[in-house]
Amino acid sequence: MRRAAVVPAATAVLLAACGQEGSAGTQSSGDDVSGGTVTVLAAASLTDVLTLIEGDFEAANEGVDVEISFAASSTIVQQVNGGAPADVIALADQSSLEPLDQELMVGEPVVFITNSLQLAVPPDNPGEVGALADLASLDLSVVVCAEQVPCGNATASLFEQQGLTPNVVSFEPDVRATLSKVALGEADVGVVYRTDVTAAGDRVQGIEIPEDQNVINSYPVVAVSDADLGHRFIDFVLSEGGQGPLRDAGFVAP
Amino acid sequence: MGTPTRRSGRLPLLVPAWLAVAVLLVPLAALLLSVDWPNFFGDLGSPLVWQALRLSAITTSATLLITLLLGTPLAWLLARSEHRLTAWLRALVTVPLVLPPVVGGVALLTAYGRNGVLGGPLEHAFGITIPFTTVAVVLAEVFVALPFYVISVEGSMRGLHRGYDRIAATLGASPVRTFLRVVVPMVGPGIAAGAALAWARALGEFGATITFAGSFPGRTQTAPLAVYSALEQDPQAAVTLSALMLVVCVVVLGSLRSRWLV
Repeated sequence: MRRAAVVPAATAVLLAACGQEGSAGTQSSGDDVSGGTVTVLAAASLTDVLTLIEGDFEAANEGVDVEISFAASSTIVQQVNGGAPADVIALADQSSLEPLDQELMVGEPVVFITNSLQLAVPPDNPGEVGALADLASLDLSVVVCAEQVPCGNATASLFEQQGLTPNVVSFEPDVRATLSKVALGEADVGVVYRTDVTAAGDRVQGIEIPEDQNVINSYPVVAVSDADLGHRFIDFVLSEGGQGPLRDAGFVAP
Repeated sequence: MGTPTRRSGRLPLLVPAWLAVAVLLVPLAALLLSVDWPNFFGDLGSPLVWQALRLSAITTSATLLITLLLGTPLAWLLARSEHRLTAWLRALVTVPLVLPPVVGGVALLTAYGRNGVLGGPLEHAFGITIPFTTVAVVLAEVFVALPFYVISVEGSMRGLHRGYDRIAATLGASPVRTFLRVVVPMVGPGIAAGAALAWARALGEFGATITFAGSFPGRTQTAPLAVYSALEQDPQAAVTLSALMLVVCVVVLGSLRSRWLV
């Protein structure tokens, strides 16, 4: 008899714990307009600029806390499909949205910015890379993003269009991992977004890819919860408050 | 067992104990349940999975060999030395055991990277670069697996009575001969257990590998890296590969059963 009583009690405690967490989440982001938390999952290439926008948004909305987690777009979609709590997701290309469970989207995705590729080389440019065509040399060690992440997808298109088969030494899990392999000097050249080169400052040197050869990625943002704050955050990103810092970081308005 | 009253008195312990079992086994059972068994071998045959398994088999074998060759003498040194710094040495060689693997990867880069302490001169002098090669994968695996082996074997060697060494010495055997003919055979079971543990740890190595060796199919993308990569591209292949690794680990553990699970 006592055994029978303890198990449901333990279950009840567990359920209560789970339930509490869930309700706190909706409460903080939904009901209370003057405060709360908005959870944003964003593409790795947005790391620096979205952190800046986060600060501006929090300053403009007292008591609001924005929590951002950065990862590869494909990872984000997989996490949201798997039930990761999020209010807004911002990805680095539109095809990354396709595997997202359509029922999770609240409203239509909006392209808020575009980005293009650039070559990054270590500051001393040990491989003496001057242009995209140099990547045909098999003496250069090249790091790129894995094909399932947007920068890798774009890089694969770039190589295909240019008929290039470079000496790729590693497919990195996201664009910032690619960038850091170059910044550490472990690879001669990496293919990243132009904004990553800007963000890296003097840790890497950028080499432009001519516009007519380049691949353009459109970044979509979409709400994945009913939370009002999430929609307000999206509106802020689309407004001058968000677009200004994005332009400063090297992104281009759609 | 006991009377019903006494049994119910154990409930406050039994409930958390079984919760702990559930915490450990539910994810593993879920993994096995989500495997598409009819297509299991078909998925294993996909180039991505096959390349990863082959690379993992090669690198973990190399790791095991290096671990045996270097780790056994180190275990002997730690077990037999009476130097006052031995305790410190033991503590130092176990650091990689508790170090986050990704930190191990950063450390390996600073040592053997192109701009690394050893890697820089190595490239300048011989044109040899280590990162992004299979050699880098093996280095990362040895770095994380060796301490497991050394600690395990050292324990067995310390349990061995020194009288055997002395008798061998009085019979005229050199220290090397004593080590090879007396010590090693007598701690054989400890060596087997340590080798299995080290091998399993090398098989599961992820953080140091992706940091130091990168991820390239067939060259540096071992089975765990392939699982991580496939999860976003081909989730079913990721589940299949994960299940296979789970089975392999259970088999390794099973082979140690007589030693540890008695």
